[in-house]
Amino acid sequence: MPKPFTPKVVTANDLLIGDVIYQTISGWSRDLNDAEVLTDEAHADLRKIEASQQTNHVVGVYFMDIDASSSDSLQTKHFREAFRAKGPSNYAHGKQTAQTEVS
Amino acid sequence: MYQYSEFDTDFIASRNAQFRAQVERRIDGSLTEDEFKPLRLMNGLYLQLHAYMLRVAIPYGTLNSPQMHVLADISEKFDKGYGHFTTRQNIQYNWPELRDVPDMLDALGAVGMHAIQTSGNTIRNVTADHFAGAAADEIADPRPVAELIRQWSTDHPEFQFMPRKFKIAITGSPNDRAVTRAHDIGLRMVEKDGLAGFEVLVGGGLGRTPMIGKVITDFLPQEDLLPYLEAIVSVWNQIGRRDNKYKARIKITVHEHGIDEIRRLVDDRFAILKSTFTGIDQQLLAHFVDQFAAPEFVTKSEATFKDAYHRDPIFRSWADTNITPHKADGYAIVSISLKKHGATPGDASAIQMRLMAELAKRFGHDELRISHEQNVILPHVHKSDLPSIHAALKAQDLATANIGLISDIIACPGMDYCALATARSIPIAQEIATRFDELKLEHEIGNLKIKISGCINACGHHHVGHIGILGLDRAGVENYQITLGGDHTETAAVGERAGPGFSADEIIPAVERIVTTYLDLRNEGEEFLATYRRLGLAPFKAALYPEAQANAA
Repeated sequence: MPKPFTPKVVTANDLLIGDVIYQTISGWSRDLNDAEVLTDEAHADLRKIEASQQTNHVVGVYFMDIDASSSDSLQTKHFREAFRAKGPSNYAHGKQTAQTEVS
Repeated sequence: MYQYSEFDTDFIASRNAQFRAQVERRIDGSLTEDEFKPLRLMNGLYLQLHAYMLRVAIPYGTLNSPQMHVLADISEKFDKGYGHFTTRQNIQYNWPELRDVPDMLDALGAVGMHAIQTSGNTIRNVTADHFAGAAADEIADPRPVAELIRQWSTDHPEFQFMPRKFKIAITGSPNDRAVTRAHDIGLRMVEKDGLAGFEVLVGGGLGRTPMIGKVITDFLPQEDLLPYLEAIVSVWNQIGRRDNKYKARIKITVHEHGIDEIRRLVDDRFAILKSTFTGIDQQLLAHFVDQFAAPEFVTKSEATFKDAYHRDPIFRSWADTNITPHKADGYAIVSISLKKHGATPGDASAIQMRLMAELAKRFGHDELRISHEQNVILPHVHKSDLPSIHAALKAQDLATANIGLISDIIACPGMDYCALATARSIPIAQEIATRFDELKLEHEIGNLKIKISGCINACGHHHVGHIGILGLDRAGVENYQITLGGDHTETAAVGERAGPGFSADEIIPAVERIVTTYLDLRNEGEEFLATYRRLGLAPFKAALYPEAQANAA
C-alpha cells in the first residue's frame, strides 16, 4: 500500500539572490509561515509543476515535509529544512537578518 | 612569486567576459538552469543552502599583499565582510548575488586570480606545502612545478569532461604537510644520484572510500613530469568508471586494476606522449624557478625577539606554538591561527585580511600562504620583527597560540552552508575549542589534530585526523561518528572507526573522554598518535562506550 500523503510545501532558491523561498498561494515568500500547505497529493503535484516552470525566478524546486498541526506556525520536519528556514548557526546571517519581499 | 603574463591576463579576461554574457543570458531567460549550471560550475559558482557560493583558487596557497587586499575588498563589497579559507587552499564567499559574480571575477582577474576549475570534473587547484620556499627541511621549492602543472591543466582540452574531479598535491619536503598521500596524484620532490625528480603516488583520496596513495614510480626525472602526469590522467580518463560516480575517482581505478597494471598502462601511454613534449615545458619551468627565487635574506640582531621572549609570557607561548624553523638564519615562519577559541575555523574578516596583508608587506617580503589546515602563513619573517607582528595580530584576534593543538581544528562548512552536508561541523569545532580552552589543557595535551567533516565526502579530512569526526543524518537527527589514529603526513594512515556515533550533545564529552584516556596512558613526552599506535583502539573504545564494557562484564 502506498504511504499516505503527508503535508508538504514547495521550496526552492531564488535565482538572483540564491536564498531560500517558499511557494505561496499567489507567488513566493522568504517566510515559511506564508507558504501554501499542500495536503492533497494531486494538487501538490500540480503546484510543484507550476513552480518548476518558473525557471527565470527560481532554482531547484522540491517538496519539503511540514508539520502543520500547530495553529501558530509551520514547523519543519527535518533539521536540514530547519537550518534552511533559519540560516547558519555561526553568524546571524541569512533569514536571521531583515528580509525583503520576493520580486 | 609568479606574475601573470599577457597570455594569462587575456585568457582570464576573455573567460570572465564569456561568463558575464552567460549570467546575463541566464537572467534574461535565454538559458535554463540545466544549461547554465555546468557553465557556472566551470567558473567556481555553486548554489548552496542559503545562497550562491563562489570558490576562488589560491594556487599552491600563495598570495601577495595586493591579492589579499582584493580578497578583503570583495568580501566587503559583494559579501558579508568575511571569507572562508578551505582545506583545498581556496577561499569561499558564502553570500554573493548572481548579478555581482562577474564583477567579483573581474576584480580577481585584475590581481591575477580566478575561480576556473574550482569545480567540475576537471583537474582542480594544485595544492602544495604551505611552508614551500621557506621550510628548513625542504629539498626544493615545489611552487615552480605547481605553477607548471597549473598552466598545463588549466583549460586542457583533453581533461575538461573526465569521469570525476582530479586533485594533485606536491611537496618539496620529506615532512609531508601537503597530504600528498590522500590525493589523486601526490608528488614528492626527491633527489637520486644528484638528479632532481619525483616520487609519484597515485590513487589516494578520502571521501566515502578512503585510500592511501600507492607509489607508481619511486623516481621520475624532473623533465618527464608533464608527459607522465598526462599519461596517468589520460589512462584514467579512458578506463575510469563513468557508470557510477561513487566509483569514478582514480583511487577506485587503481584499486580495481591494481597498481602494477596501471603502471604498465601509464608506461605505454608515456612512451607515446613523451615525444610530443618538445622541451618548452622545461624552459617554462626554468622561468618559473626564477620567478619564485627566495627573497634576499639579511643578517641582523635578534635582540628584540630574545628580549620579548624572556619578558612576555604571552608572546613566548605564541612563539613556541606558532613559529616554525626557517631555512635562513634569523628568520621564522609564522602561522597565524584562524582558530580563535569559539570562532569559525578558516574564517577571516576583511579587517583581518587587510592586517595580514599589511604585515606581509611590511615584515614578510610581501608573501602570504593559506594552509590546508585553514590558517594563514607569513613565510619569511625576521625574528626581530616577531614582537611587532604579535602585537598587531593580538589587536585583531589573530594571535591565538594554538597551531597544531586540539583547538586548531579543520572543519568543513557543513550543514550551516553546504548543500551536500548531512550534519553541521562548525558548531562542533566551536564547542570543542571552547571546552578545551576552559579546561586550560591544550598545551599540556600537545600535538593533536581534530578534523571534522559534515558528510561522507570528507572535505574536513576526518579520515586523516588523529581524532576524526564525521557528521551524519541518523533517522533525522545529527549524529557524529569518531575515527581514531588517522595521519595526514608522510606516515599517512586512515583512522579506525571507534564504534557507534554520538549525538551533538554527546560528542564533546566523548572527545574529552578520549583525551583523558590519552593523558592517563601516555608515556613521558609521547604524542597522542604515538600513544594510539602503541596501545591501539581498545582503551579508547572502553572510555568511549563505558555502558558496553559494563554490559560485557
